[in-house]
Amino acid sequence: MSDKKNSDGGYPGFSCPMPVMNHDTVQLAHGSGGKLSAELLDKLFLPRFGNDILNRLEDQAVLKMPVGRLAFTTDSFVVDPIFFPGGNIGDLAINGTVNDLAMGGARPRYLSVGFILEEGLPLETLHKILLSMEEAAWGAGVRIVTGDTKVVPRGSCDKIFINSSGIGVVPDGVNLSASNLEVDDLVILSGTIADHGMAVMTSREGLSLQADIESDTAALNSLVDDMLLVSKEIRAMRDPTRGGLAAILNEFARSSARGIVLEQEKVPINPKVQGACEILGIDPLTVANEGKLVAVVPAPVADDVVETMRRHPLGRKAVVIGKVVKDHPGVVAIKTGLGVSQILDMPVGEQLPRIC
Amino acid sequence: MKFLSEYRDPKTARLMLAEIRRITTRPWVIMEVCGGQTHAIVRSGIDQVLPKEISLVHGPGCPVCVTPIETIDRAIEIARRPEVIFCSFGDMLRVPGSDKDLLTARSAGADLRMVYSPLEALEIARDNPDRQVVFFAIGFETTAPGNAMAVLQAEKQGLENFSELVCHVLVPPAITALLSSGDNLVNGYLAAGNVCTVTGLSEYEEIAGKYRVPIVATGLEPNDIMEGILMVVRQLEEGRAEVENQYVRSVRYHGNVKAREAVAEVFEVTDQKWRGIGELPASGLRIRNRFKDYDAARRFAVCDLDVNEPEVCISGTILKGLKKPDQCPAFGTECRPEHPLGATMVSSEGACSAYYKYKPLR
Repeated sequence: MSDKKNSDGGYPGFSCPMPVMNHDTVQLAHGSGGKLSAELLDKLFLPRFGNDILNRLEDQAVLKMPVGRLAFTTDSFVVDPIFFPGGNIGDLAINGTVNDLAMGGARPRYLSVGFILEEGLPLETLHKILLSMEEAAWGAGVRIVTGDTKVVPRGSCDKIFINSSGIGVVPDGVNLSASNLEVDDLVILSGTIADHGMAVMTSREGLSLQADIESDTAALNSLVDDMLLVSKEIRAMRDPTRGGLAAILNEFARSSARGIVLEQEKVPINPKVQGACEILGIDPLTVANEGKLVAVVPAPVADDVVETMRRHPLGRKAVVIGKVVKDHPGVVAIKTGLGVSQILDMPVGEQLPRIC
Repeated sequence: MKFLSEYRDPKTARLMLAEIRRITTRPWVIMEVCGGQTHAIVRSGIDQVLPKEISLVHGPGCPVCVTPIETIDRAIEIARRPEVIFCSFGDMLRVPGSDKDLLTARSAGADLRMVYSPLEALEIARDNPDRQVVFFAIGFETTAPGNAMAVLQAEKQGLENFSELVCHVLVPPAITALLSSGDNLVNGYLAAGNVCTVTGLSEYEEIAGKYRVPIVATGLEPNDIMEGILMVVRQLEEGRAEVENQYVRSVRYHGNVKAREAVAEVFEVTDQKWRGIGELPASGLRIRNRFKDYDAARRFAVCDLDVNEPEVCISGTILKGLKKPDQCPAFGTECRPEHPLGATMVSSEGACSAYYKYKPLR
């Protein structure tokens, strides 16, 4: 992918006035398959997502795929609030699906998007979300080739839910899996943690904490491309979304039956995020990220991988945060400042606000 | 984050630790009263590095843990009423009542909102004039001023649909009760610095003098706690029993007078039941008669609560510092954060939750 975000984080050219519609808000009839459905498709969806595959408007997308292994993933997005500092439910859905493909080393190609809309949602809001989805898909170099919209009566869902599935191609020689970890491998984190979860939590309606924290939502596929270019020996990658870094490291340790030692003081965190976590009593290691990745690599290539990551805008703060060890298989240990080793467990319990 | 890193710097902690090792000659049992301190201790591993003569026991300073089970049951009954929006700190939502918790009540249809301050509940009351908004006002002397202010604000703004279900507990009577019980093993106390910020130190002087125990008002960061331990050990080794202030950046001798005035205006001292410990004289707060309209317990009559505490849970013994969480037969097996038998396993200040969350590696 050659297109990168400009310095203020946006892409050029993605602004578009709201088309003139027959209604200001989503009506049940917009999901009926009749005239209003057609208007919604023609005026809002197709101008944003249209391409030669989608524009055929058949019941299915017919795709030409290169020979090789396909990666296929799906995810649903129900974040509340739907707009939060740094993003919204739309770009989150695109980036999240792209990242799920990229973490397997796949090059994301095609996405589906399914919308469940609550009756009464302002069409202006939907338009804004679609614009940011268009921008995110363009930025990640993926095409939206099929989709669906349903409208449910007011109260049956919360404004808008989005499901997104994606297909990508895994290049030859790339074989990423959490079960690949070997003793003495190093664990690399691409940047600061907990930005997304705390941005959502602190912007939640009713929470009086004004923390000025931005979500890190971003598509990581171009960063992954750069990393795989410098080393095909990367063992595994995951994006620490729900459950945060703690959950991902535990998944790595369990799948590979190896131990992992995390050096907590090496984990980068934005001071504002740290402060918000302190105030709310939340452990940042368990908070969701939407634009970060954790990679496990053999020690000899770690420097090259970190250096490559740091040259990419989404990996500037990439750093080695831990090591794979033969002791305590399946368990993640964390060293405190007093030199005491403790177990970092899988997070338990629900994070009360919906965050993705 | 200079503010935080300064109080977590391991070098300073190690210097203080070396001094504790140097001066300790005999076994001492020290209780940290506050659950926030318990979590900081277990999280940073202070209990693992202290000399073996020093034993830390965990105190009753977790308001969620000591809220009586009948109050949780009452909260659930009130929250289930169709006209009620029930507002609570997140911590209370998963505390087990007799047969369910507040989150289960929400999944069964209760309108339950998680808030971070009583003022948010006031705002919800303003925005929903046709509903009854009830705030679950729990906590020690630290949250009482905010909860008192919410009542005063509600009165000032004429918000007739706001009330509080109050379960306020007071620290000094609890320490007195522990000290005067026959099974007390504690030689010195780390008092909760955040509580002392409101109350000041004079009440503790009476206790230190009467029971001949050192009490040090101590902050909640790891280095605060290490220094508090050092100050208590120094007193014990020198045969002193005084009130000292480690948390000088926050605690003043007379405390926060304005906050105490607001509390005294709205609340009055009452006998209070503590979960697992029992009723302690003059150890709680209730809403004064003048503000009775804001008292959810009086506004919503709930009767015939059939209280049922699991027999195997030893959280009472743990809250009194007589046992540690890992000495409980149910710890980590029958009782886990996702299936708690007692409040100490779910509260972010509970000793059992600290032990479960921060397990030392062998």
